[in-house]
Amino acid sequence: MAAQLNVQRRKRTPAQLGKKIILHWQLYVLIAPALIYYALFHYWPIYGLQIAFRNFVPTLGITGSKWVGLMHLKRFFNSYYFGMLVRNTFVINLYSLAVGFPVPILLALMINEVERSGYKRLVQTVLYAPHFISTVVLCGMICSFLSPSNGLINMIIKGFTGREPVNYLGNPRIFKTIYVLSGVWQSSGWGAIVYIAALAGIDPELHEAATIDGANRLQRMLHINLPGIMPTITIMFILRMGSMMSVGFEKIFLLQNSLNMEASDVISTYVYRIGLQNAQYSFSAAVGLFNSVINFALLLVFNTISKAVGQSRLF
Amino acid sequence: MKIKNTAVDRAFIAVNYTLLTLCFLLVLYPLYYVVCASVSDPVEVNLGHVFLYPRGFSMEGYHKVFAYQPVWIGYRNTIFYTVVGTAISLAVTLSCAYALTRKELLGRGFFMMVITITMFFGGGLIPTYLVVREMHMINTVWAILLLGATSAHNIIVTRTFMGSSIPGEIQESAMIDGATDFGIFFRIVLPLSMPIIAVMTLFFGVGRWNSYFNELIYLNDSKLYSLQLYLREILVRNQISEIMSAEDAEAAAEQARVAEIMKFSLIIVSTVPIMCVYPFLQKFFIKGVMLGAVKG
Repeated sequence: MAAQLNVQRRKRTPAQLGKKIILHWQLYVLIAPALIYYALFHYWPIYGLQIAFRNFVPTLGITGSKWVGLMHLKRFFNSYYFGMLVRNTFVINLYSLAVGFPVPILLALMINEVERSGYKRLVQTVLYAPHFISTVVLCGMICSFLSPSNGLINMIIKGFTGREPVNYLGNPRIFKTIYVLSGVWQSSGWGAIVYIAALAGIDPELHEAATIDGANRLQRMLHINLPGIMPTITIMFILRMGSMMSVGFEKIFLLQNSLNMEASDVISTYVYRIGLQNAQYSFSAAVGLFNSVINFALLLVFNTISKAVGQSRLF
Repeated sequence: MKIKNTAVDRAFIAVNYTLLTLCFLLVLYPLYYVVCASVSDPVEVNLGHVFLYPRGFSMEGYHKVFAYQPVWIGYRNTIFYTVVGTAISLAVTLSCAYALTRKELLGRGFFMMVITITMFFGGGLIPTYLVVREMHMINTVWAILLLGATSAHNIIVTRTFMGSSIPGEIQESAMIDGATDFGIFFRIVLPLSMPIIAVMTLFFGVGRWNSYFNELIYLNDSKLYSLQLYLREILVRNQISEIMSAEDAEAAAEQARVAEIMKFSLIIVSTVPIMCVYPFLQKFFIKGVMLGAVKG
């Protein structure tokens, strides 16, 4: 044992390390583009995040700009928008989570019970399809369906109840519902794939044994299938938690208008507006940093909780 | 062993089919409506007469779309960004993933960590924008092509595939026969990685086709705009040209009318390439998601 360790240790002398690198230089060539990409577009920006603590002036460069510490963060905490932005970001997420997280699981459980393979394939093909529609097209469809002048939804409601058309997208009270439900429509089917895969991995003998013991399908679904995919559910939940404080910029930005602003303005759209449109780089970088720190903290917290209660975890 | 369904089971199956069919219809109907509306008479659509089938069959929308120049500039640009961007992404991702499967790569764990961290933490919008500006890539195709060249998730998925489904023995015997690392990668690993190459091509390709965020932020010359940016003008902002003064309010009204007519046909025209390939490649997509699920 000791001799073996010695051999391994001797292997790692600098000269031999160098030889190993030279021998396999081609591997480093293969990995280089990715590393350069990450250095340029991920780690350089992370380094540049320090402008959140400086008064960034482009001509002075990052390190040449004056250090102001937590000034920008304090300004954000005290700003008029702070409460509204954090609340909107958080509520939209919580709402999406509460509605959007269980739906793919239910879909997967339901699809799993279908025995006719033709029907199963048809359902799956259609349920996955919206995932491939671009955000712009989705928002175009939302705008058009909800249009007060000729939108489908208004026409249907008018046809049945005779109610006058409503400008849904201009109503801050239902903005979040539009956002969440369209998200459920677009991504639930796709989200179910992971669970369907997990369900396929459940040992059929469990089902046979339970059937012999007299369990019906519903009981088997609840007591075999659901616990069987619990580890997958936990992982997906932790991952989802890691983005609890970030709302996808793309969709919300497209659906935003001056009428629904009070319900639709979230941290990411605010960063875009003040950062890129008003060129307040340092301030908006500080806001963005605040956002990612909260996200990362939430991820760690839920990972730790999951570890503590003996569930599967991310790392 | 086949056990007959009991009455409870039959009820369960009936409820299950009903609910699932309901979900199916809820997802299908908006898509179906867009297709119907795109071939209906715009007047009928405007009056809200189209529900279950096209009314007053008309291809006016499609004619307008085909005659509308900017859409084709956007189309051309998007094809360029998608083809070149996907090629770049594949080159970067496949080679990096392969290198990470090799034990001979010193600092493998460290590289892995460097890549994984980016999944959970990044510089954010503003610092990234400043870096792109620093490199003088604002308003160039490079900003679009290079940003998103790869992603940690896709590297990990590809690495998992290459590490688990290509036998190490083949590589070892090739090494003994004197193959270089490049030789092994290009002649042995890549030909055996076709399933994952298909998955990655589709993931990157669809992502590029549908992306509008980077284009919105890094491009301001409309000649470089992608299809999605032009779509945004017409579908969401409901206007055709960006410049609108009060003087030509009448022209603006006319443009709004044309945009209204084009809307549904435009959705079809812009989505058709993806919807055409999707059903045939469905199994590859699913395989990709499953590979991703294996490793968180």
